[in-house]
Amino acid sequence: MKNTIARAADSDLWYSFRRSPIVMISAVITLVIVSTSLLAPWVAPHDPFNLVSIDLMDASLPPVWYADLGDSRFLLGTDDQGRDILSTILYGSRISLIIGMASVTFSLILGVALGLVSGYGGPKVDAFIMRIADIQLSFPAILIALLIDGVARSILPRDMHDQVAVYVLIFAIGISGWVQYARTVRGSTMVEKSKEYVQAAQVIGVRPIAILWRHILPNVMGPVLVIGAIHLAIAIITEATLSFLGVGLPPTTPSLGTLIRVGNDYLFSGEWWITIFPGIALVLLALSVNLLGDWLRDTLNPKIQ
Amino acid sequence: MVMLAVAFIAFSLFRYVGNPINNMVGQDTSIAEREEIRKQLGLDDPFFVQFGNFVIDAVHGEFGSSYRHRRPVSDLLAERLPATLELSFFSGMIALFIGIPMGIYTALNRKSVLSKIFMTLSLIGVSLPTFLIGILFILFFGVILQWLPTFGRGEVVQVGWWSTGLLTISGWKALIMPAVTLALFQMTLIMRLVRAEMLEVLQTDFIKFARARGLPTRSVHFRHALKNTLVPVITITGLQFGSIIAFAIITESVFQWPGMGLLFIQAIHEVDIPVMAAYLVMIALFFVVINLIVDILYFFVDPRLRVDRAAV
Amino acid sequence: MYQLTIKHMRIDFPGRHGTLVAVDDVALNLAPGEILGIVGESGAGKSTIGNGVVDLLEPPGRMSEGEIFLQGQRIDNLEENKIRRLRGRRIGMIFQDPQTSLDPLQTIEQQLVETICYHLKLNRREAFQRTIDLLEQVGIPDPAIMVKLYPHQFSGGMRQRVVIALALCAEPDVIIADEPTTALDVSIQAQILDLLKKLCREKQVGMMLITHDMGVIAEVCDRVAVMYRGKLVEEGSTAKILGDPDHPYTQSLISAVPRPDVRLHRFPLVTNIEEAQEPQVTLDISTHWLGKERSYAKLDGPLLSLENLCMRFVTKTAIFKRNRIYLDAVNNVSFTIEKGEVFGLVGESGSGKSTVARLITGLYKAVSGRVLFAGTDLTAINRKRDLDPFRRQMQMIFQDPFSSLNGRMRVLDIVAEPIRFHKLAESKREVREIVRDLIDQVGLEGNSLKRYPHEFSGGQRQRISIARALATRPRFLICDEPTSALDVSIQAQILNLLKDLQDQLSLTMLFISHDLPVIRQMCDRVGVMKSGKLCEVADTEKLFIDPQHDYTKHLLGLMPKFDMLSLKGLDMESSSSQLF
Repeated sequence: MKNTIARAADSDLWYSFRRSPIVMISAVITLVIVSTSLLAPWVAPHDPFNLVSIDLMDASLPPVWYADLGDSRFLLGTDDQGRDILSTILYGSRISLIIGMASVTFSLILGVALGLVSGYGGPKVDAFIMRIADIQLSFPAILIALLIDGVARSILPRDMHDQVAVYVLIFAIGISGWVQYARTVRGSTMVEKSKEYVQAAQVIGVRPIAILWRHILPNVMGPVLVIGAIHLAIAIITEATLSFLGVGLPPTTPSLGTLIRVGNDYLFSGEWWITIFPGIALVLLALSVNLLGDWLRDTLNPKIQ
Repeated sequence: MVMLAVAFIAFSLFRYVGNPINNMVGQDTSIAEREEIRKQLGLDDPFFVQFGNFVIDAVHGEFGSSYRHRRPVSDLLAERLPATLELSFFSGMIALFIGIPMGIYTALNRKSVLSKIFMTLSLIGVSLPTFLIGILFILFFGVILQWLPTFGRGEVVQVGWWSTGLLTISGWKALIMPAVTLALFQMTLIMRLVRAEMLEVLQTDFIKFARARGLPTRSVHFRHALKNTLVPVITITGLQFGSIIAFAIITESVFQWPGMGLLFIQAIHEVDIPVMAAYLVMIALFFVVINLIVDILYFFVDPRLRVDRAAV
Repeated sequence: MYQLTIKHMRIDFPGRHGTLVAVDDVALNLAPGEILGIVGESGAGKSTIGNGVVDLLEPPGRMSEGEIFLQGQRIDNLEENKIRRLRGRRIGMIFQDPQTSLDPLQTIEQQLVETICYHLKLNRREAFQRTIDLLEQVGIPDPAIMVKLYPHQFSGGMRQRVVIALALCAEPDVIIADEPTTALDVSIQAQILDLLKKLCREKQVGMMLITHDMGVIAEVCDRVAVMYRGKLVEEGSTAKILGDPDHPYTQSLISAVPRPDVRLHRFPLVTNIEEAQEPQVTLDISTHWLGKERSYAKLDGPLLSLENLCMRFVTKTAIFKRNRIYLDAVNNVSFTIEKGEVFGLVGESGSGKSTVARLITGLYKAVSGRVLFAGTDLTAINRKRDLDPFRRQMQMIFQDPFSSLNGRMRVLDIVAEPIRFHKLAESKREVREIVRDLIDQVGLEGNSLKRYPHEFSGGQRQRISIARALATRPRFLICDEPTSALDVSIQAQILNLLKDLQDQLSLTMLFISHDLPVIRQMCDRVGVMKSGKLCEVADTEKLFIDPQHDYTKHLLGLMPKFDMLSLKGLDMESSSSQLF
């Protein structure tokens, strides 16, 4: 264990981490957003969904630094229903993050599994899976997600749809993202498959499933995790976009995108804070996750140094 | 192949999602009348016959009537098409003509301050959702500075069936913000792609050998490296171009731009299946055309393809 | 006056774990028309010298000390712009891999004319004429037609000729050739070397030939400089260095070179080189895992016999069968291997020798023909489970030690995998003990078990690979080019180890190699393969002295002539000097 820590501290990853202030800052920001939003019920100053604590008298208050109107209870002001913006942001990023992570996990598992099968299986299986991937790839993820949401909307009655909106979103974003994993994994599986250690295992007699699981999978996971990191940012943005377009989460369980959509209506009347603060939170989150993913990719890819 | 698959999905959507008859008739229609309509619509025919009819209709541009607008979908789309195409075309051009030079610059001058600024900006560009950029633009140029209109296409002029906003000043003004908004994200993607590909090419042996022959840096970079970079860039740029049309959905709904994307979003809200299906087929058609163009371009750029095909 | 003079060259690669000195205090002279060989094993810094001369070091490398003179004029302190003009104009470079050295999107003409126009200030028509002349000089037929083609339409040897033409196009004074023939097949290699030699003499160009291959040195070089870990240990005429080396490193390096004319009992133990380890303790093989009783049914005939084996790959797919184009990788091959025998299979790349190995192990399925192992037809077995007992008896050692071990597994798990799969041990502890025994046997330290492959060098990895192959106590071992990715000194150790194992365990072996001298050291009988066909099978000694087939004669004629090599202190089994 001690040995592992020592090795980690000496690794190139840690070294380049320590040398890049931007990466360190984004790691801190990610950590802060992730921890505060996951702990939202405990750290948020108000519970924006508890109707008892909301007072319409507090509606549309500007942030505290507007000396005459600001209210010290609401650091970033309130929305049209008197909910504290800071608290809604914390709860909103919580939902955004959960959906992001769940959909990334979903497409990662699906993509890796199909990629392995495609790369290791025969040419027919490969051609079939890759054909689907090609077709899907011609359509931007957002369109596919929209479509799935549209279908769900037309199958399910309205009130029911709101309840399962989270799952629909996870499915929609997840299914629209698997292709990239599958392609990468297929590519590296084909490379690994031709390597002699796989042949050595075949000569021993090890069965294909075991070769895939024990030998190939650990060797193809590196790039997958990097894609995962970058995909997380994309998934969060996609969710926000869907919610902004009004096909994502309903206002009763708002994500960051829903908050921005709701606030957008008040933009012209000068109440900019309702939409801008959730926007900033979204950008900060996406940016720092992106920076981390980018750095991870550059560090782990020794070709471009 | 792609078209057929999409047509199939679109058809299944049309046929099985929601009950078309419920959508078409009122609550008080009798069962007998419903049966009558079923027959008229050919819903009792075998699956493949129905699918065949759908494809034939689609080829003729017939997608039925919109539930909401009570008008043929093809008319609706034709009306909205020019707006989307103009928007996509301009933002595509912006993305290409700024993105590619920026990518080349950052690849060749990796250590320079300007490259680092470009790279940081591009990351911000990737992290900023398109709709948020739109909102910020509206807030800044539309609400605070009041320079540019915040919605619509401005005045349009009809040229035949094509309605263009390019012949009036207000049309141009209205185009600026949506086009730039739409272009920013694509631009950063293209820039990062060009940079990555170029860096890869710069590592290859033939570039090293070109250097070792003492060729001037300009020739090494632009004659040898750039040309090889463009081969993969063409493919992905083609795909990006397609996705601009889809991303236009977001921009159009932020700026209330009266294009196909806005129509599609409204269709999803209203569960207007024929519009959704038609839009889908339409987009697929775009992609197929773009893919074809990419293949042809490829053929001209890469001699390996040309010769191999000639030999066969 | 020397064409090129290097004084006190030192090249550093600063890194975060301290500075790596790649080249240390090297001094060299190069006369006109002379070929100076720079030889050394991987990591000796030989390529770095070449790149350092033309200022093309990969960052962060830099030349921190020393001076370089080109015809008496100092060039290492020139500014970037001026040194760039020297490249190509006065110093030509040739790189290893002709597949990647040319721009794939430009015709040969475009690339040559561009370079000529830039350096010689000729107009297009003159440049084109010179292009044609150059291509003629480097031996490309029909240059006026070939010049319009793209690089991918040329074979590897032809591409390397184009690369040479590019290096020569401005009549340089010096050529630096970095492993110019390593990526080529032997017959092409000989042609290219002849060409280089001829051009150097005719044009009075000084050439620095960087290589790891003693054969290449013996063939073309006038003088040799031997590099060892960044330092120049010895320099002198080729005859002196190969025949009577002074420095102990050179001596051990020379003694490790497999020779075509002499069969050694064992290679001498190379002392000056790292990781020279032989098993420290002589193991009592009878108490050892490998020595345990193996109960096989008594065997009358040969252990392995191949009958009319055929294998084809589809090179062009098509929906209709008649439109497909096939490559006959193995065409009607039959031979037998007796129990306890080492059978060699030799041939150039693409001759189908590795495919034969993969057919025997069942990695590929034969189109027709039979593989009889201990009397059982393996091609007739359809259920995987039924093949398992045979797989146990048959193992394989691969060529590339860097890809033949799974980088994510510990050595223990790698070696234990066959034991666990075939359930050869009762308990975890037993598995561990067996693996420890095996690791001992192949000459690695006991603490290797917990480590990962990347912590080992190429030779050590190959030892791990051998340990894995031995884990099932096989009686038949296939070695597919087991040493061709290794440096000569390491190769000598691994070959010694294989000989030891073969003696102790009376293994039957199929030994595949493209390298005839290695075959001579290892094998009892040899089969020669060419384009999927087996040309000749003969006893090794007989094949080398009296080859029957024309192709065998051709191959033997291409072997490096090592008659000047020192025979000092070699443990010979047999020799023949009737080589031609």
